[in-house]
Amino acid sequence: MLDYTKHTLENGLDVIVHEDHRCPIVAVNLWYHVGSKNEQPGRTGLAHLFEHLMFEGSAHHDSGYFTPLQQAGAALNGSTSCDRTNYWEVVPTSALDLALWLESDRMGYLLPALTAAKLENQREVVLNERRQQYENRPYGMALMVLMAALFPPGHPYHGTTIGEPADLQAATLEEVHAFFRTYYHPGNVSLTVAGDVETGDALARVRRYFEEIPAGPPIPPVVVGAEHVTRNLAAPDGVRFVLEDRVELPRLYLAWRTPRLFADGDAGMDILAEVLTGGKTSRLYRTLVHERRIATDVSAAQGSRELAGWFCITATAAPGYEVDELERAIGDELAALAATGPDPGEIERCLTQVEAQFVYSLQTVGGFSGRSDQLNAYNVYTGDPGFMEQDRARYREATADQVRVLAATQLTPGGRVALSVVPHGAAGRALVGSTAARVS
Amino acid sequence: MTPGVDRSRVPHPGPVPSVRFPAVGTVRLSNGLAMRMVEHQGPPLVTFLLAIPAGSASDPPGQAGLAALTADLLDEGSDGRTAFELHAALDRIGARFGTEVGSDATTVSLTTLSRSAAEGLALLAEIVACPRFDEADVARVLELRRSRLRQLRTVPGAVADRVFLETLYPTHPYGHLGIGTDASLSALTATDVRQFHRDAFQLGSATLIAVGALTHEGFIEAAERAFGDVPMRPVSGAVVVDPAGLGAPGPPSARLVLVDRPGAVQSELRVGHVAAARRTPDYYALRVLNMVLGGQFVSRLNLTLREEKGCTYGVRTAFDFRRAPGPFAMQGSVQSSATVEALQEVFAQMEAIGGDRPVTVTELDLARASLTRGFARGLETAGQVARGIARLVLHGLPADYYDRFVAQVEAVDVSAVTAAATAHLHADSAVAVIVGPADQIAPGLGVLNLGDAERVEIK
Repeated sequence: MLDYTKHTLENGLDVIVHEDHRCPIVAVNLWYHVGSKNEQPGRTGLAHLFEHLMFEGSAHHDSGYFTPLQQAGAALNGSTSCDRTNYWEVVPTSALDLALWLESDRMGYLLPALTAAKLENQREVVLNERRQQYENRPYGMALMVLMAALFPPGHPYHGTTIGEPADLQAATLEEVHAFFRTYYHPGNVSLTVAGDVETGDALARVRRYFEEIPAGPPIPPVVVGAEHVTRNLAAPDGVRFVLEDRVELPRLYLAWRTPRLFADGDAGMDILAEVLTGGKTSRLYRTLVHERRIATDVSAAQGSRELAGWFCITATAAPGYEVDELERAIGDELAALAATGPDPGEIERCLTQVEAQFVYSLQTVGGFSGRSDQLNAYNVYTGDPGFMEQDRARYREATADQVRVLAATQLTPGGRVALSVVPHGAAGRALVGSTAARVS
Repeated sequence: MTPGVDRSRVPHPGPVPSVRFPAVGTVRLSNGLAMRMVEHQGPPLVTFLLAIPAGSASDPPGQAGLAALTADLLDEGSDGRTAFELHAALDRIGARFGTEVGSDATTVSLTTLSRSAAEGLALLAEIVACPRFDEADVARVLELRRSRLRQLRTVPGAVADRVFLETLYPTHPYGHLGIGTDASLSALTATDVRQFHRDAFQLGSATLIAVGALTHEGFIEAAERAFGDVPMRPVSGAVVVDPAGLGAPGPPSARLVLVDRPGAVQSELRVGHVAAARRTPDYYALRVLNMVLGGQFVSRLNLTLREEKGCTYGVRTAFDFRRAPGPFAMQGSVQSSATVEALQEVFAQMEAIGGDRPVTVTELDLARASLTRGFARGLETAGQVARGIARLVLHGLPADYYDRFVAQVEAVDVSAVTAAATAHLHADSAVAVIVGPADQIAPGLGVLNLGDAERVEIK
C-alpha cells in the first residue's frame, strides 16, 4: 500500500524514502528507539525531558530549532512514549536540506550546546506541562494510578512518560548528557523522508548529512523480569483503588494486562474494544449511555505497546448513578461476550471500521500518524517498514470465536485493576473495597 | 564518508513554488442547492461538508445552546430510521460523521471511502433534511449535554472561556458558549429543536462541498440523487445571519475577573477584548501581527513566558475573525505563583508592539514566511480543501482568495503591522480572566492597577 525503499547506513541509521508528488512538501520523521521504558528508577521523565532539550539548539546552531524551521514554512513537533521518541518536520520541498541539516546536527553534535541553563528552563517547562496536562486536569492523574497498578515497581512501564516531579528536579546535566550518549546515535534511529522527493536524490542528501555521525555503543537491553511477564494480582477479584479529584461525576476505569503489540490476540483486542464501544451501535454505548442512561460516556481501548499491552474500559457515571452500577452493567456485557461472542454483523462492522481507518490514515505524508510516522513505526517495531499489509491481515483473519475467547481469557475478574475517580470527600462512592491510590 | 557538510551556517531554503488552490467546480443542483466540488488526488476517500450560515449566535434569546443541541440531535434518528439503524448504516460504509457549531455557522461533515460516496451522500441528506427529533431522544441528549456542562465546571479552560465571553459580550449573541447554560438547557424542548431546524437548517442558504477521489460528474450525479428531492427554502429571517443584525458589542472597558479554583497548581488565563470582524481591511496585517505577538511557537509571548521564564507549557494569542467583531485573546495556563508576572508581561507586550517596541524586519520576515511558505501544507487532504472552501462560502470571500493570499501577506510591511496594532490591540481596555487559587493570587493583583478583581463563581 505504501511504496518505499529502505537503506541502512554504515553507522546503523535506517533510512526510508517514500515518494508522493501531489503536494510540494516533504516530511522528515525520526524515531529514536528510546522512551520511558529505558529510564532508571529515580530518574523517571528523563526521556521526555530530553525530547524538549532537542529543540533548544546544537553545536552549529546554538539557538532554538523552531526559528529557522518556521521561517522556512515548516510545521514541526516531537513526542515521547514509553517505547520511542519521535521528531518530525513537514517542510516545503526546497527546505529539505535545512531539515536534514538540523536533524543531523542535533543527532551528531548536541552536547556542546546542552547547557545547565537550558536544562533548568526546560525542567520548569516540563513541570508546567505536567501541571497542565495531569495535575490540574479533571481525571488527569488516573493514568498514573493505572500504570503503577498494572505494572509493578521494576517493570519498565511502571511510570508514565511525564515522570515524577522529584525525579525531574533531581536530574543532573551529567545524567542528561549520558542519556544522549547512550541512546541518541544513528544505530538507534529510523529516519523517513516522505513526500515530493526523488528517492535517489533524497537518499544522497541523507547520506551527506548523516554519514559523518559515528556509530554509537550497543543499546542496553530493557529487561522485563520473569516476575513481571504476567501480572498476578493477589486477590481473586483483582485490585481496587479510589482517587479523590476535582471532578463532578465519578468515573470508573477497569484495566487489564493484555498481549503486547503485534502479539497473538493484540488485533483481536482492538476488535473487542470496537465491539464494546466503537460508535453508537456498540454494545456498551447502547446499553449504558443510550438505553439505561447510567453513563454519560464509555470508551475502551487496547494499548498495544512493545513490551506489554493493556486494555481499559472507561465509563463516567450519569448524575444520580454510582460506579458500582457501571461495574455490574459492564460485567454483564463482558460475560455475554465471553459466552456467545460477537455476532457476524458486529465483526463485519469492526473490520469495515478498521479497513476505513487504514485508508484515512494515509492522507498526510507527515505529522503524528502520517505516512512517514507509520513507516517508522513499522520499521522500529518489526524491522519491516512494509509491515502494514501484515498488520491489516491480522484484522481480516480475526474471527468471532477468537474475540469471544479473548473476552473470556483476558478480561478476567482476577486480573483486573479497578479505579474509581470520585469527587473530593466522596471516597465512599468508589467500588466497595477500594484503597486510596497514591499520586504525587 | 562524504566530506563537505558546511556546518558554519544552516542551509538557506530555496524559494517555494506558487501553489494554486485546486480547481473548484461550482454548480446548482436541479432543486437549487449550491454545490462546490474538487477532484482531489489521494487515498480513495471523499469528504462531504454541508456549510450552514447559522451557529450559536443564532440561538434565540434565553435559548442558549439550541443550535448546538439541534446539531447534536441530527444523527439521533431520521424519519425512516432510529438512531441505532442510522449509525448501523454509517458503520457499514466506514463513515466518519461529525458536526461543528461555531458562532456564525454550522458544518456537518461525512467522510467515507470513494466506493461508498453515493451512499454516504444519501445518508448525509437524510440526516440533515429529515431528522426524527423524537421527544425521548431530545430528552436523552439534553440530559447528556447538561451532564457535559456540569463536567465543564471543573475544566479550567472551559470556565475561563465562558467567563471571558460573558464579560466581553454581556448583551450580544457572541456572549455565550455553544453548549449554553444549565438554565437555558433545562427550558429547551423538542418543539424548540424542530422550530430551530426549520428556521436554520434550510438548504436555501447552505452549500454542499464535495472533495475527494471522484469526478465532478460523479459528485453531481450522487448529489442529485441524494439531495434532489429536498425542498429549498431560505433560512428564516427569525435566525440572525446578517452581521449588521448582530449589533455592536458594548464599549470596551478594562476588567479583572477572578474565578477561584482553590489549591490549583496553575492559573488559566484569558486576556483580550472585542477586536475586528473578518471583513476588516486590516485582516492580513492582523494575521502577521498575531504571529509575532503570540500566534506561533517563536512568538514574543511564548518565547518570554515559556522559553525564558519557564512558567508555562505554552501560551498563544489569536484574533477570532467572525462576521461581526470577534474576540482577540491571549490564552494559556501558568504556574499559579507566576500569575501576576505573566499578566504584566501580556499587558506590556500588547502595549509595546504598537508602541515603543514595533515589530522588527526580522520578525516581520519570519511571520510572513511562516504564513506563506507553509501554505501548501494546508491543501494536502480532502478535509483541508473542503474546510478551505467552507471558509470562502461562509465569509463571502472571492473565488480567487487563496490564490491571492500569499501576495496579500507579502504586501504587509512594518508600518501596516504597527498601524493594525494601534487600531486593534488595546491593553488599556482589555479584560483579564484568571481561573486559579484566589488566596494565593488576589493579594498580588494590585500591581496591575485594575482595582479589586471581580469575583465570579461558576454555578
